[in-house]
Amino acid sequence: MSHEPPPANRNPGPEAGHRSGVTGRGPRIGVFVCHCGKNIAATVNVEQVVEAISHYPGVVYAARHEYMCSDPGQDLIKKAIGEHRLTGVVVAACSPSMHETTFRRAAEEAGLNPYLLEIANIREGCSWVHEGPETTDKAIRIARAMVEKVKGNHPLSPIEVGHAAKCLVIGGGISGIQAALDIADAGFEVLLVERTPSIGGRMAQLSETFPTLDCSQCILTPKMVEASRHPRIRLLTYSEVAEVTGYLGNYHVVIRKKPTYVDPDKCNLCGDCATACPIRVPSEFDRGLSERAAIYVPFPQAVPSSYTLDEASCLGLNPLRCSECAKVCTAGAIDYDMPEERIEEDVGAIVVATGYDLYEKERMAEYGYGTVPDVIDGLEFERILSAGGPTKGEVRRPSDGKVPKEVVFIQCSGSRDPELHKSYCSKICCMYTAKHALLYRHNVHDGKAYVFYIDIRAGGKDYEEFVVRAMEDERILYLRGKVAKVFRDGDKVVVWGVDTLTGKRVEVAADLVVLAQAMVPSAGTGELARKLRIACGGEGFLKEAHPKLRPLEALTAGIFLAGAAHGPKDIPEAVAQGSGAAAKAIAILSAPVLTHSPEVAEVNEDLCSGCAICVPQCPYGAITPGDVAHVNELLCEGCGTCVAACPSGAMTMRNHTDLQVERMIRAALAEAVEVAGG
Amino acid sequence: MAEAQFEPRIVAFLCRWCAGAGADLAGTSRLRYPPNAVAIRVNCSGRVEPQWVMEAFRSGADGVFIGGCHPGDCHYVSGNYKARRRVHLLKRMLSELGIEPERVRLEWVSATEGAKFARLMHEFVEELRALGPRTDPGEAAPSAALPAPSRRKG
Ligand SMILES: Cc1cc2nc3c(=O)[nH]c(=O)nc-3n(C[C@H](O)[C@H](O)[C@H](O)COP(=O)(O)OP(=O)(O)OC[C@H]3O[C@@H](n4cnc5c(N)ncnc54)[C@H](O)[C@@H]3O)c2cc1C
Ligand code: SF4
Ligand code: SF4
Ligand code: FES
Repeated sequence: MSHEPPPANRNPGPEAGHRSGVTGRGPRIGVFVCHCGKNIAATVNVEQVVEAISHYPGVVYAARHEYMCSDPGQDLIKKAIGEHRLTGVVVAACSPSMHETTFRRAAEEAGLNPYLLEIANIREGCSWVHEGPETTDKAIRIARAMVEKVKGNHPLSPIEVGHAAKCLVIGGGISGIQAALDIADAGFEVLLVERTPSIGGRMAQLSETFPTLDCSQCILTPKMVEASRHPRIRLLTYSEVAEVTGYLGNYHVVIRKKPTYVDPDKCNLCGDCATACPIRVPSEFDRGLSERAAIYVPFPQAVPSSYTLDEASCLGLNPLRCSECAKVCTAGAIDYDMPEERIEEDVGAIVVATGYDLYEKERMAEYGYGTVPDVIDGLEFERILSAGGPTKGEVRRPSDGKVPKEVVFIQCSGSRDPELHKSYCSKICCMYTAKHALLYRHNVHDGKAYVFYIDIRAGGKDYEEFVVRAMEDERILYLRGKVAKVFRDGDKVVVWGVDTLTGKRVEVAADLVVLAQAMVPSAGTGELARKLRIACGGEGFLKEAHPKLRPLEALTAGIFLAGAAHGPKDIPEAVAQGSGAAAKAIAILSAPVLTHSPEVAEVNEDLCSGCAICVPQCPYGAITPGDVAHVNELLCEGCGTCVAACPSGAMTMRNHTDLQVERMIRAALAEAVEVAGG
Repeated sequence: MAEAQFEPRIVAFLCRWCAGAGADLAGTSRLRYPPNAVAIRVNCSGRVEPQWVMEAFRSGADGVFIGGCHPGDCHYVSGNYKARRRVHLLKRMLSELGIEPERVRLEWVSATEGAKFARLMHEFVEELRALGPRTDPGEAAPSAALPAPSRRKG
C-alpha cells in the first residue's frame, strides 16, 4: 500500500494554547481523516472533508492518511499533537468500538490527555451505508459535530481507589462454601456468615443426588470440613449480617453472632446434654419429622462440630431455670453467660448465597393446606430417604410408620401457576421427582409410584437419560396432567387427577403423597437485600445486574450473587455460580487499586436544589440525597439517566454535557457550505 | 437525480450498546440507507433530554430519531423505560407547539438488528418526506416559538 505524504491543511489559529482542552485562548483541535484504503475513500471524498474541516472554527490542523490506525498514521497524529500544540483531536475513521483505545493510547504517548481524543465514525455510520455526493457532506457533518464535542472535553484521569483485601460471603450452603473456598484459595481472607448453627445448607438435608445418585452428605462433608479448617476462612455460624455501609472495595459490615452457650473447642459431641435436656421441639433439619432437645446439634456431621443451645426453646437462661445440660457436661463446655458477639470488618467484596426455602404446603388449598397427614414436601421425603434421617433411610410414612405401597408424586406444586401460586418454573423438581420415584422403588420393591407432571424439563447434562430411567421402570407411572384434589379417606390419601394424554380421570388411593413444592427465596432475603442495597425481582429472588451479560453481579458494584438465592438452581449450577462469583470478587480483591471510568455524572452544587429527583433514577444507587445530591463516582456507570431527569441542570455528565450535545446538534444540522465558507 | 425531492434533516441519538451497535452492524453488512440522519452517540437512551430534541428542531431538524435497547435489554437496566416515558411527554408538548409528534421517533434496535436499523432509516425518511418541511412557526422565528433552553450545562 502506498503511503503518500499526508497533505496537511493548516489554520494558523491562536498561537498559544495548552493541552488541557480548557484554554482561555481557544481550542486547538486537530482532525485526522482516514481513507481506510477504499473503505472510506470510495464513497467519501476525503480531500474535501479535510479541506472543509480545516476551516471549521477551532480546528488548527487537518490531515488525512491511507490507514490512520497504522503506525505511520498514528505517528502523524502524535507528531501533530506536539508540533501544533493540539488541545484536542478528532479521528474521523471507523466506529469508536474499533480503535478508540488505540488512538487514545497514541494521544497519551504524545502527551495529550486521552479523554481529549474522540472518534468521528465516518465508516460504519457513513461511507459503508451511503453513496453519492451526500456521503461526503454527511462525513463533514459528523466530523464537525465531533469537533464540537472535543472542544468541550476536559482532561480526565481514571478514578482510583484502594480497597480491603477481604471478602464477605453470606450463606453457608454449597454455593457459599464453594465461593469461600475459591476466594480463600486465591489468597484472600473470607468471612463466611451462616445464620443456622452449621454450614451445609439444603444439600446437607438431601439423600442422594441426581443424576448420579451419589450420597449428598458424602460429597458435601469434605467441603464443609475444608472450609472450617481453611486458614483464611473465618466461619461465623449462628450469625447474621446486621449492617452494611460503604461501597465497592470498601464495605464496612457489622455481623452479630448469637451465643451458642457451648464452647465449640471444648464440646466433644458426646450428646449427654441433649439426653439430659427435658425439652423436645420439632427438628428443623428433619423438617419436623423428628424431635430435638433445646440443646442440640442439627445433624451429626455439622460444622462447626459442636452443640448449640437454642435460647428460644430452652426453659430459661435468665434467670437460669433448669441447667440440666451443664450438670452433665463433663467437658465443661456449657457457658450460660456467653455474650452475643459483634464483629466489624472492612471487606472489598460481598457474595450473597442465601439459598432457598420451599413454598409452604400450607398454602396449597387443593392439596389440603398441609393438614392431610402423609402429604409431605420434597425435602421431607429427602429426610425420609436419608440413611441418617428419622426413619434411618427406610421409606415409612409419617402418620403411622407404615411402608407406603402406593406413592403419588405431584410435580409443579405451586410452580407454573400464575393464578394461585408462583408463575415460574422451579426448574429442579422434574429431576428430583424422578430421583424420588427411583429411590422409592429401590427401597420398596413391590411399591408403585405415580408421577403427575405438566411436562418434563430435563435440560442438563445426563438429565434426560436419568428421567428416562425413571420412566422406563414398569412400576413408575408417569401421568401427564394436573391433580385437582387430594383428601384423606380412612388411612388412605386419595388423589383425583386427569391424565390429559388419554383424557381419562385418574383416582389413586395412595399411602403417601409427595409435593414437589416451588422453590422460593429463603426467609429474610428481602430484608438482607435492603441492607445490601441490592434489588430483588418480582418473585423475591435476588436480581442480577444484567440478565444475559452480568448474571453474577448485583446492580450494586462489588456485590455478587451465587446459588439458589438468585433463582431456582440445582447443585452443579449453584457450585458453578459460587465459583463464578468468587472469580468476580477475586478480580476486585486482587487489583492493586480499583480503577473506574471518569466519564461519570457529577453534581454542580451551586445549582442543585436537593430535590432528590435524581436519586431513584439511578439503577445503581450511586446518588445520595442531601442538601445537595452526591454521586459516588465508583458506583456510577455513566448512563446519564439522572442527568436527563434533573430539573435544575445541576447534574451533568463529564465530557458529555448538555452544552456539548447541543453544540453537536447544531454542527450536525448546519449547512456544510455555510461552515466550510466561514 | 431527485433534486426536487424534499430531503429531511435528521439527528439520531443512538445508545452505544444496542442501537449504536445495530447501526454499526448495518455498516459492516454494507446495507444502504439514505444519509439524512447524523448520529450522536449517547451511553443510554435514558440520557437523551427532551431539551436536545427541542434544540434540534430549533436548529432546523425535520426529525429526531432516538434508538435504544429493547425493553429488558438496556445496558443500564431501565434507561430505555425512562426514555419511553420522556418521549411520550415530549410528543404531547410538541403537538402543542405545532410540531407533528411523528417527527420524533423512538425505536428499539438490538446489536444484531442492522437490517432493522437500515429499514427504520428508510422508513423515517419516507415519513418525513410525506410530512414535508416543517410548517410550525419554529422555523420562521425559532427563538420566539420554541422555548429557549431553560438551562445550560458546561
Ligand atoms: C427436594 C429437593 C431435592 C433436591 N435434590 C437435588 C439433587 O438431587 N441434585 C441437585 O443437584 N440438587 C438438588 N436439589 C437442589 C439443591 O438443594 C440446591 O441446588 C442447593 O442446595 C442450592 O445451594 P445454595 O447454597 O444456593 O442454597 P442453600 O442450600 O439453600 O444454602 C443457603 C444457606 O444460606 C443460609 N442463609 C439463608 N439466609 C441467610 C442469611 N440472611 N444470613 C446468613 N445465612 C443465610 C441458609 O441457612 C443456608 O445454609 C434439591 C432440592 C430439593 C428441594
Ligand atoms: S435532581 Fe438535580 S437538583 Fe435534584 S437533587 Fe439531583 S442533582 Fe440536585
Ligand atoms: S449517570 Fe446513571 S449510573 Fe451515574 S449516577 Fe446518574 S443514574 Fe446513576
Ligand atoms: S443502554 Fe441502550 S437504551 Fe440504555
